[in-house]
Amino acid sequence: MKTRDLVHVALFAALMAALGLLPPLALPFIPVPITAQTLGVMLAGSILGARKGFLSLLLFHLLVAAGLPLLAGGNGGLGVYVGPTGGFFVGFLPAAFLIGWLTERAWSRLSVPLAFAINVLGGICVLYAVGIPWLAVVAKLPLAKAAWGSLVFVPGDCVKAALAASAAVTLKRAWPLIQPPRSASPAVPPPSST
Amino acid sequence: MSLGLYLHRVSPVHAVPAGAKMLALLAAGTGLLLFPSLPVLSGALVATLGLYALARLRPREVAPVFRLSAFVLVPLFALHALVSGWEPALVAVLRLAVLMLLATLVSLTTRASDMLDALERALRPLARFGLNPARLGLLLSLTLRFIPLLATWLREIQEAQRVRGLDRNPVAVLVPLLVKTLRTADTLADAIDARCFDPEEPS
Amino acid sequence: MIRLHAVSHHFGERPVLEGLDLTLSERRIAVVGGNGSGKSTFARLLNGLLVPERGQVLVEGLDTRKDARAIRRKVGFVFQNPDHQIVLPTVEEDLAFGLKNLKLPPADISTRVTAVLRRYGLEDFRHHPAHLLSGGQKQLLALSSVLVMEPRYIVFDEPTTLLDLRNKRRLAQAIHELPQTAIVVSHDLELLRDFDRVLVFDAGRVVVDDVPSVALDAYVRMMA
Ligand SMILES: Nc1ncnc2c1ncn2[C@@H]1O[C@H](COP(=O)(O)OP(=O)(O)OP(=O)(O)O)[C@@H](O)[C@H]1O
Ligand SMILES: [Mg+2]
Repeated sequence: MKTRDLVHVALFAALMAALGLLPPLALPFIPVPITAQTLGVMLAGSILGARKGFLSLLLFHLLVAAGLPLLAGGNGGLGVYVGPTGGFFVGFLPAAFLIGWLTERAWSRLSVPLAFAINVLGGICVLYAVGIPWLAVVAKLPLAKAAWGSLVFVPGDCVKAALAASAAVTLKRAWPLIQPPRSASPAVPPPSST
Repeated sequence: MSLGLYLHRVSPVHAVPAGAKMLALLAAGTGLLLFPSLPVLSGALVATLGLYALARLRPREVAPVFRLSAFVLVPLFALHALVSGWEPALVAVLRLAVLMLLATLVSLTTRASDMLDALERALRPLARFGLNPARLGLLLSLTLRFIPLLATWLREIQEAQRVRGLDRNPVAVLVPLLVKTLRTADTLADAIDARCFDPEEPS
Repeated sequence: MIRLHAVSHHFGERPVLEGLDLTLSERRIAVVGGNGSGKSTFARLLNGLLVPERGQVLVEGLDTRKDARAIRRKVGFVFQNPDHQIVLPTVEEDLAFGLKNLKLPPADISTRVTAVLRRYGLEDFRHHPAHLLSGGQKQLLALSSVLVMEPRYIVFDEPTTLLDLRNKRRLAQAIHELPQTAIVVSHDLELLRDFDRVLVFDAGRVVVDDVPSVALDAYVRMMA
């Protein structure tokens, strides 16, 4: 990795922490307040790509595991991993990776709807696929009940996927960082930045 | 690094190396998941509280850490009690409580820097993934350096957009924040290179 | 001595630097020019942060294209915004960062760090988080972090732009007292009055190259 890549990884881990400081946002028609941190996961994947996005989330997790209170609400330490929502936090990692991987492949024709679909797939489907079984095991709940309980977060997460998609597409024009895999899209030179 | 949950004491619990504590936590967690019976759990709870005493942590100091968990445990107990009776409810909640107590004990008695060293050693195999363990230290420090800065930028941008009536539009806050972050990344990378940093070297 | 031979550089289609032939041997060299005239690009060439598309940059005979590592030991770089160049969380760690990259023994690192802290009156801030320093202190830290590596040349890219009047003066004084060769990009003409040589950039070319009394006046007239 070049120095710039290392810096991207570190700055997006810091961004995750900064987003955790935002007060939860209450929106009309959505039963639970939404926190900004899964937004950070989506942004890391869709702006940095699979590898850097994943590493950035891994770095963030190391700091949380080491005891820094960086999760939304000032949560941190090893306790969060054995807690009921631990799976959702661990799910950040594969979620960011998948979002990044798909974004790389869709790069040359990335549009807001496409980016939205990618973020829903990674930031909701993958995240919940890890988080719900974890919740079921740790809290001794039947899987179906854990799943139903988690559904209240889906509307908020859809809003975040839409935000991340629109930010990612805007940024793709202003500051393209992702190089599409060479086989997938031949020789489209990235537009030069300012 | 003075950040984090660590509370300094001279105690046998504090003296155990970070890696050993984390492995023990892993073992205890697995054990409790496999044998969740009321006697085992009560024993584990007593043992855990004993460890807190051994670590010379007073209840008043650790209470704030657990206030968050209470929000989870109480409703969970109610739910289980309603659905399947009080004994399974007690088992489920006790198991979770013991696990969270133990994990928090590790965090309370281990310096963040020692924990990071242990985690770094555990992550050695990831080198294949392109993460040079020697670079991990720089990454962690860089992140710590930039958390306060990013938090400040976020606040500044929110304020600027509030003046323009755009603060309810999250994209109007996010995009400038991201652009600023990426622009900073470019200069920062130059500044790091200019100070003779070599990203490729193995060391 | 730093020499540029027929250096040209493009970003995309756009020529940013064209046909530069320069020998930089004076102790104090100023670089001025309008926004986008290529000053920062020029500065980044001098220690190999950027390698020119055409031509060569030689620092004491070493080519930036081949010997970037050796050249960066000789040429330090201070940027405009200290927040973008302070790398590590505390003052001491940041000062030691470059020295660790140079693989100095810990004892030497500690001696050098102490010396530079004393020189700029930052001793009391040794273990301070960098983000709690004032703007002026941050820029002094940025300068110290470069000085501590004892480079022979220091390139400054608009080092005073973000500072208030008092800190501008302080930094100007610090630059004035440097034993090293300094190449300073700046819009702050006051800072450059007593320099040995001024290069005026326009659209990627050096259009005036003279002593300050002549070059700065020409530049002011150009901008009018
Ligand atoms: N990495 C880059 N990619 C594309 N274009 C660039 C890049 N860096 C600089 N440029 C362009 O090169 C030109 C010269 O930029 P440079 O930063 O050298 O100007 P400058 O003289 O330092 O201006 P200022 O006074 O605003 O700092 C500008 O038009 C700029 O947009
Ligand atoms: Mg410039």
